[in-house]
Amino acid sequence: MSVKVYIPRDAAALSMGADEVSKAIAAKCGDAVEIIGNGSRGMLWLEPLVEVETPKGRVAYGPVSVDDIESLLSADFLNGGDHPLGHGVTEDIPYLAKQERLTFARVGLIDRLSLSDYETHGGLAGLRNALEMPPEKIVEVVSDSGLRGRGGAGFPTGIKWRTANAQPQGQKYICANADEGDSGTFADRLLMEGDPFSLIEGMVIGGRAIGADIGYVYIRSEYPHAIKTMRRAINIMEDAGWLGEDIKGSGTNFNLYVRVGAGAYICGEESSMLESLEGKRGQVKVKPPIPAISGMFGKPTIVNNVLTLGSVPFILANGAKAYADFGQGRSKGTQPFQLAGDIKHGGLVEKAFGVTMDELINGFGGGTHTGRPLKAVQAGGPLGGYVKPDGFDVEMGYETLSEAGAMLGHGGLVVYNDTANMLNMARYAMEFCEIESCGKCTPCRIGSVRGKETFDKIAAGENIAENIEVIEDLCDLMEDASLCAMGGLTPMPVRTAMKLFPEEFTGPKAVAE
Amino acid sequence: MVTLLNTVEDPIARNICRDHGDRPEELLEILHGVQHAHGFLSDGALRTITQALNLSRAEVHGVVSFYHDYKREKQADQTIKICRAEACQALGANELITDAEAAFGVKLDKGGHDVGLEAAYCLGNCALSPAVMIDNKLYGRVDIAKLKKLSMKHREGSQSKGVKS
Repeated sequence: MSVKVYIPRDAAALSMGADEVSKAIAAKCGDAVEIIGNGSRGMLWLEPLVEVETPKGRVAYGPVSVDDIESLLSADFLNGGDHPLGHGVTEDIPYLAKQERLTFARVGLIDRLSLSDYETHGGLAGLRNALEMPPEKIVEVVSDSGLRGRGGAGFPTGIKWRTANAQPQGQKYICANADEGDSGTFADRLLMEGDPFSLIEGMVIGGRAIGADIGYVYIRSEYPHAIKTMRRAINIMEDAGWLGEDIKGSGTNFNLYVRVGAGAYICGEESSMLESLEGKRGQVKVKPPIPAISGMFGKPTIVNNVLTLGSVPFILANGAKAYADFGQGRSKGTQPFQLAGDIKHGGLVEKAFGVTMDELINGFGGGTHTGRPLKAVQAGGPLGGYVKPDGFDVEMGYETLSEAGAMLGHGGLVVYNDTANMLNMARYAMEFCEIESCGKCTPCRIGSVRGKETFDKIAAGENIAENIEVIEDLCDLMEDASLCAMGGLTPMPVRTAMKLFPEEFTGPKAVAE
Repeated sequence: MVTLLNTVEDPIARNICRDHGDRPEELLEILHGVQHAHGFLSDGALRTITQALNLSRAEVHGVVSFYHDYKREKQADQTIKICRAEACQALGANELITDAEAAFGVKLDKGGHDVGLEAAYCLGNCALSPAVMIDNKLYGRVDIAKLKKLSMKHREGSQSKGVKS
């Protein structure tokens, strides 16, 4: 019998040569192995992580390059033999063993496109339950679970669904926001490439809950692998009767389509994403009306993040309480955190809310990849604030982070070492806003340009005190008067950088150092 | 240039519109398709799309100019997307860009003949930064030596493909 060898087809693994490794192993071992394409386990510094199925469990080797295969074969890795790249049984690796994986339970574990694998590991149980519940009951369960939007805003999912459910019957839509543009975040991608069925399942449940029979997954064009995997997964679900008309005799109709973005960060904002889905410029719309009342083509529309929808199957399968038992305060459940930048053990860590930043960065992450001293962490993407190591005792949750002057955002943490120049980072925040602003409101469109110019003046040593005041003034205006979070939150990285590292905003000397 | 109504300037663009049922809400997908076929969006292609979808030239221009992906001019034979978002900056993306500009003799986002360099804002490989993408293939932990090799490898790959077809 052939040995099962798991080699991820995740984009991050492929970026480190997983495809070449897979081909080389197939060429060397022939029929002795059956290579299975799984998702990534989320231990990205070990990619490509090759796992071999043995009687004691799956044994991990990584990072494997084509040049290592000879020595792996000599070490009898197909029987779990010892090797310098070996990490023992995958499930026992502390990085994985210490996590609380609900949303990511299957990612890396299963063949990402095998529906029977998916079902064996708990997939479709949530949808089966949901198909027997009246829509209002589904909304109630999601409400009770305390699930909040994982895209960044943290809005209670149950309230959104209830609003859309309460709209008169007729055409409604549900959209998955897979426009994961925040730097330092890749959880949506890992989920779509590693367990695409869970997102689809979550969307069918959501569709039934609000009475929508059409769904869209809006994926950014920078994610070609995720686009391909989602399209294949949708076809598989259609063929199996989990998408389409009268799903499994429940009377629920649901058709799902993938739409590809075109390189605009702002399309991660829901109203802008809906415009883009209509084939228009991705410009932000004034609210109200909220999309749950008047969204795509003026119809009631729910927009949820991939991680939000990906958590729904667990909740429907195991009950609201099972999910709400995790977490702290008003941040219920688990959050897939993403460790990125200059970090030794970068990857995905799903933990209940309440874990400290220190445990994530120094515990799981193991400090910096370069070995240089850690200077700061940017929490929550390009619109999130900086945190210095002395603030790492903060517990990760929506409210706790915002009290600490940072934000959860999409759960990304980007680590910087001591070479980071905070004036440049603050300038970059303004520049990014300039590049990606949709242009609809003035504080964002023009404020960002003026902010960038003013930082250039400060860097050149021009009227520093006055120019710092100009920045403060601009930040006030952008925060108060921008239409959406793009302009409204750009001041957060700017202000936290200035507050935590004032010595770097004192002109050319600081820059020269 | 004056075009007569129902004059199809770009049959490929016309067919792609038809494949999408001439539905204006699928404009982004159509533009992706046409750009994939031609490498960029020509005036003729845009006029064809405009007619097929019954949109105004202004509406189509508005969409094309809004999104970073759409190109109105012929691109270099090879485009290297270099991520310059925060996680990649944390591990030297800016230095990689400077080195790449020197190595390939082109400026970021300023075109090029053989090789062009394009800024990307997150390729989703933030734990293995700096990241680049060539021909839709993603790479991680890239430095200038690795980038030069990758660029060469992809150029050889596309040449051999060209010979076969």
